[in-house]
Amino acid sequence: MENWKRSAQAFFAAFTPPTFWLVAFFIVPLSLIWLYSFSMKTGVTDITLNWNLHQYARALEPLYLGIFWKSILMAAATTAICLVVAFPVAIAIVFSKPTMRMWLLLLVILPFWTNLLIRTYALIAVLRTNGFINGGLGWLVEKGDWLLSLVGLGDNTIIGPFEPLSLLYNNTAVVFGLVYVSLPFMVLPLYAALDRLDRSYLEASLDLGAGHFRTFFSIVVPLALPGIASGIVITFIPAMGSYLTPDLLGGTDSQMIANVIADQFKQANNWPFGAALSFLLMYATFFALAVRAVLMRKEGRGDVK
Amino acid sequence: MSIFKRNPDPIGPLDYSRRFSLRFTVGLTLFFLYAPIVGLIVFSFNDSRRNVVWRGFTTDYYVKLFNNDALMLAFGNSLTIALFTTLFSTVLGALTAYVLWRYRFPGKAIYEGGMAMPIVIPEICMGVAMMVFFARIGWPSGMIWPFNLSAITIAHIAFSFPFAAIVIRARLESFNPELAECARDLGASEFQVFRDVVIPHMKPGLIAGALLAFTLSLDDFVITFFTSGPDTVTFPVKIYSMVRFSVTPEVNAASTVLILLTLVVTAFALRMQNRNNMLGSSGH
Repeated sequence: MENWKRSAQAFFAAFTPPTFWLVAFFIVPLSLIWLYSFSMKTGVTDITLNWNLHQYARALEPLYLGIFWKSILMAAATTAICLVVAFPVAIAIVFSKPTMRMWLLLLVILPFWTNLLIRTYALIAVLRTNGFINGGLGWLVEKGDWLLSLVGLGDNTIIGPFEPLSLLYNNTAVVFGLVYVSLPFMVLPLYAALDRLDRSYLEASLDLGAGHFRTFFSIVVPLALPGIASGIVITFIPAMGSYLTPDLLGGTDSQMIANVIADQFKQANNWPFGAALSFLLMYATFFALAVRAVLMRKEGRGDVK
Repeated sequence: MSIFKRNPDPIGPLDYSRRFSLRFTVGLTLFFLYAPIVGLIVFSFNDSRRNVVWRGFTTDYYVKLFNNDALMLAFGNSLTIALFTTLFSTVLGALTAYVLWRYRFPGKAIYEGGMAMPIVIPEICMGVAMMVFFARIGWPSGMIWPFNLSAITIAHIAFSFPFAAIVIRARLESFNPELAECARDLGASEFQVFRDVVIPHMKPGLIAGALLAFTLSLDDFVITFFTSGPDTVTFPVKIYSMVRFSVTPEVNAASTVLILLTLVVTAFALRMQNRNNMLGSSGH
């Protein structure tokens, strides 16, 4: 790498266009929102900047604090489920033959490249009242009843008429949807961490008489900790800020923070308050990223992504 | 040990991938990931509006799709935005990658952090920021096509080019700076060095970065949702409004088209990146 002064002209020729774009169309819009978060709405379209913390104070009211807390809980539940599901998958991928490994990795990443909206829509078709799950269960009940009628127990005497389960428009559906869309986020860092693991440690542990579970919890987990931490953070961040999944799969009480922000900018039309909520969400994101950076540095390893 | 059976190829202690329990978990996970998407694609060919029982094969919904003017307009808008985004993101991404790869300058760590910001901040925050920004500076709306798409395109470029920069920079890691030095010694100007020495080496990275920007732009919903107006609807925004309404085979068909398009582009990108890595390792 060379000092920029050695060829200042070339440096500026390459430096200026992307910097301009980043500043004009990213930093400036964000700064604008930041200023709004210290403003007050004084009319239908009038907003005055008066540098007070009114909007932040309102964001800390129980109603909104509750929604923040709920977003954190939903994201935490999503992350926990992803971790439990992704670990065996990552282990299986790491210990398969190289060609198989390529294919499995590709299969895990591929849904990631499918549009988020479409994946969420696909879940609606699975979960809705006359969706695939309810359809399948209804069919099973119908056939079961037919089988029972052969021995004279038909006409819903034992298994009643099928009542479709309400699987959609509740918090469970949102967590289900978030797990569905964020699973690849968890598998990849776990895979990267396990791939670097020195297998002789595992062999030593197994040779010395530890079982597979003991080996897993005393050897694999501590050694893969940076990867686990990284996976947790990069699953948690998008889950906490997700807009589409709670919007499409959630009910009236499953609003997450992003939905409230969107609402403030669209229907409620209170931009300063929405701006304050946005910045609180962003600070939470930065905090999670900082935690990840500290954990990564402590382990003295490179970036796992 | 009991796991050593008479099987000529016994399952070793570390052959986790051959254990039934793990295979079962992987199978179940892949089923969980793929069943909804496969179901969606299969039922786009179903000859029934109810969309849950198979009633026979039809391509009617694709025909309807192509005769749906609003949807086709949205599709055209999406492609136009994606093309411009690709072009700008690749150029800006290449310049960013080049600057970060070649130079040391004060505040570089902060600069890199700033470039990573569009990647890490929640989409909703960027979406509302863009919406406020364009409203506040009074960006003209209602211009003639394709200029009415400019606000969306600008926002797409802002979040795509940092991704392209990462891909291109990874490619530059394998570039030998002595080649550029050599060209300079032989009298090439900075621009000539960039055009004739650096860019040819960057090429696989440029293509991979361009394809990435294309899919990012084509797939984006949240940021577009906040920057689009009633006359600038993109394909995902249109699908969203249809999804809100109900689950219909038309939506399945439209989704299938978008899935296929993204898959083709991604397959190209992965191939490019693979070649990228292979050339990269042999370049050292």
